[in-house]
Amino acid sequence: MDTVDQVPNSELSVTRRSFIKGIIASGVTVSSVGYLFRGGEAAQVAGLPGAVERLVTLTVNGQKRPVDVIKQETLAMTLRYKLGLTGTKIGCDRAECGNCTVLIDDVPRYSCSVLTHTVRNAKITTIEGLAGASGKLHPVQKAFVDEHAPQCGFCTPGQIMSTVALLKTNPKPTRAQAAEALSGNLCRCGAYDYYLNAVMRAAEVS
Amino acid sequence: MASYKLIGKDFTAPDLVGKVTGKAKYAEDFRPAGMLFAKLLQSPMPHANVRKIDTRAALALKGVVAVLTADDVPKIDPPQEPMLTNEPLYAGEPILAVAAVDETTAAEAIERIKIDLQPLPFVVDPLETLRPGGPDPRLDGNVANRGLKLQTIKWTARDFAGVNQGKLPMGKPAEEWQYGDLDAGFKQAEFVLEEAFVTQAMSHHCMEPRTAMAYWQNGKLYLHASSQSVSFVVPYAAKLLGIDPAQLVFISENTGGGFGAKGTGYPQWGIPALLAKKTGRPVMMRVTRDEEYAFGRARPGYQGWVKIGFRKDGRITALDLYIIHSNGPYEGFPDFRNSALAASIVYQPMAMRWRGTSVLTNTPPRSPQRGPGDNQIAAALEPFIDKAARKLGIDRVAIRRINAPTNDGKIGPKQGPITSSYLPEALDKGAARFNWAKKQALSGQRKGSKAIGIGVGTAYHSAGRTGFDGLVVIKPDGKLYIHSGAGNLGTFSYAATSRTAAEVLGMPWERCEVVAGDTGKNVPWNSPQVGSNTSFTLTRTNYVAAMDAKKKLQEIASRALNGAPDDYDVGNGRVFLKSNPSEGLSFADAAARAIKLGGKYSGQELPKDLNPITARAAAALAGQGLVGVAKDTLPIKGLPAAFCAAFVQVEVDLETGHVEITECLEVADCGTVIHPKNLGNQLAGGAVQGFGFALTEKHVFDTKLGLAATKALGTAKPPTYLDVPLHMQWDAVNQPDRYNPVGVKGIGEPPMGAAAAAVLCAISDALGGINFNRVPVTCDMILNAAEKKPQSFKPFEVNV
Repeated sequence: MDTVDQVPNSELSVTRRSFIKGIIASGVTVSSVGYLFRGGEAAQVAGLPGAVERLVTLTVNGQKRPVDVIKQETLAMTLRYKLGLTGTKIGCDRAECGNCTVLIDDVPRYSCSVLTHTVRNAKITTIEGLAGASGKLHPVQKAFVDEHAPQCGFCTPGQIMSTVALLKTNPKPTRAQAAEALSGNLCRCGAYDYYLNAVMRAAEVS
Repeated sequence: MASYKLIGKDFTAPDLVGKVTGKAKYAEDFRPAGMLFAKLLQSPMPHANVRKIDTRAALALKGVVAVLTADDVPKIDPPQEPMLTNEPLYAGEPILAVAAVDETTAAEAIERIKIDLQPLPFVVDPLETLRPGGPDPRLDGNVANRGLKLQTIKWTARDFAGVNQGKLPMGKPAEEWQYGDLDAGFKQAEFVLEEAFVTQAMSHHCMEPRTAMAYWQNGKLYLHASSQSVSFVVPYAAKLLGIDPAQLVFISENTGGGFGAKGTGYPQWGIPALLAKKTGRPVMMRVTRDEEYAFGRARPGYQGWVKIGFRKDGRITALDLYIIHSNGPYEGFPDFRNSALAASIVYQPMAMRWRGTSVLTNTPPRSPQRGPGDNQIAAALEPFIDKAARKLGIDRVAIRRINAPTNDGKIGPKQGPITSSYLPEALDKGAARFNWAKKQALSGQRKGSKAIGIGVGTAYHSAGRTGFDGLVVIKPDGKLYIHSGAGNLGTFSYAATSRTAAEVLGMPWERCEVVAGDTGKNVPWNSPQVGSNTSFTLTRTNYVAAMDAKKKLQEIASRALNGAPDDYDVGNGRVFLKSNPSEGLSFADAAARAIKLGGKYSGQELPKDLNPITARAAAALAGQGLVGVAKDTLPIKGLPAAFCAAFVQVEVDLETGHVEITECLEVADCGTVIHPKNLGNQLAGGAVQGFGFALTEKHVFDTKLGLAATKALGTAKPPTYLDVPLHMQWDAVNQPDRYNPVGVKGIGEPPMGAAAAAVLCAISDALGGINFNRVPVTCDMILNAAEKKPQSFKPFEVNV
């Protein structure tokens, strides 16, 4: 599976762990060091563990993008921190919320849980890749605007990517099918009803 | 303003396209050169004393730039929450932070830090610390809140005598109030009920964790933060860091949800800010979902008791309420007080007493959460109102209607006035549209393994504030720039309220620009984006600023042309002679003349009563055009109050305990509807949060270790697409409030409490009147009730 939970800990990482070992007996951990970003300047600091980068070429929004990645780097991090595509949001970084949904070969995937090097030969589409070069909104984006669907907007890119994927495989979904298809995208504002209105409008016009 | 061109009309909020294209920037989307990353060392224990920290091995690691400990940060007065601490009071509390060239290195450094922690006694259930000899959540007390001094309160063994039988211990309360003759009220009651109840704590789970990024430039701090509010938090953030407010540029163009958790600032902002100061480089502190569940705030739960007397016709004669509020370890928020105010206004009891205690626990810090107190009390009490209705043979809408406030409604111990209430009309409108009378026949009907229930719920929240400032500029480009210090957490009210200025000046919306989200853009002193207040408060500020601009336009026109200022009116980007509209000036021309005139016209002279933040913003804009700026001193009598009535239908599966909400209608009393399309989204979204509150969301703690089990979206269970009806319905009374220039009141909060209450009432209805006296009502509770088995928790047990 494309999960990233193997960031190597240093040999000295036991100091705090061993101290608190007795306290944490329930299996509940207090640390979240599994989901980390390594990049930029670190790549130039010789000797940092895990800092070895390899040049790969990704196909993102129709463009070839050469980028240096480390083996445990997630696609969400590559997109946001190396390719400047910050429209992909990280809400949980552990495959729960769907805010980071992108299309990989037209399939909606949680980019927080996809290792970048595994999608070298795939077609990646992010929210930035939907609108035309002139800035003309994609029909799904337009429907989301016309229905005034988003609230805070943080989950919106993910909702839109899941909608685009749905309409590719099922151009005329029922409202229930749309809810099912988007159910991997959480919205804490609870804008589900308006999002479904937008999906149905997009299905109508496209 | 009788007929509106903009108010009440749908429009596309200016930030919407950014939200669908990914261009909208949140705190984690900025990348200044040389940016460092911060990671936190969090307490593994719910309560401990830091005896020693050894950072040498961490600092020796290549790429580590700085360590920040509690000894490096400004001191605060307990029970306020610190940025970093040497006495962690909940598991996950930040003890120190490391800045490094990247996150992996920072995390590595955290692992290398040797820390000596002395475990201390802790408490997760408020009742435990109130027991004689019970553990204390902190070394200096176990009771505190805003305006309630940190102190130690212990009750007697006698107070706890009946606790295992479901009798709430009610020792000496920290606070209390009363109005009317309680005894006389109960004496004249036909039916008196006495019930104990529990509401459980729950997290906010904003989709955007509270990431912050900070850097210093020319002695100024630039803070990119996840915040509901913009100008209002400047004094807080400046005080937190010990700097002058003028030294702070606060940027929060978009915030990925707040719901109260990011309302008025939080100390963790200071961590990247101080690390940036120490290192001389920008610092990004990405907050993880796991960390968000630790210091990302939560709604207080409470254990309570109520006695309510009802007249034969359902009118409430007396209400006696006692609340033991679980406040987390710090100052928290006074949900326990708000609950009482809400009960007093929603039910208008002829006499009422409230007693309450805000107890500290070693659980995540509390903050307001959508309808703080108001919504818990709706969820707690509404099922009892149904119980009385059944007992007295009264319709459940009718019993709410007879108690509901009108414009003459009163609130709280002083029985003060409110600005308006159309709750009775909301109930009527909802009952008609929902087919309430006809649906009565569905109560308890079976559909295979499912039982149908219908329910109604009502809720309240205060809905406006006064005394803030408005600021608009008409520039020589002929455009109206409406400056807003409101935040942008997804309500779009920053935009809807700005339209008031355009309405007053008769300016086409296409020629207006809203300037917001960044104090560097010179925004006025505005209310925090909390407490359902923005719509009321900032329509007033934009109204007074626009009226000031209008007056100046009229004066400039009369100087330039002829006649008296009053002979002129404004509209369509012109100030013109009423008697001969072809004679006048364009706004562009008037703006150029204002710059030439100087003085008050161009913002060189400012009113004396402005807040310093507005005065600074206006001074920075001086000379750029015609400046309209004023403090809101419009008349008001009473507390602005908003209400919501919710109607739901549910199907309760008696074989699985699953509750499906098949229908939900929310009807708001929010005064004049200013942005219909967005109102619907707010009402539906509030209802969705109410569903989670009623059915699934709660804190669960391991009581032996004091560690949270609900630290993931999967375990904390906010509702998904599949947990809500396929079609949500909404409506509004649309009656103007008496003390708002366009008649609007806020409405963010009541829809959640109303929906939660309606769901709980509908479940009881499906089960033939069984009440659980506990929120949320989870599947296992329903199954136990259906099978007539005892519940798996002890009376008043929380966090399970």
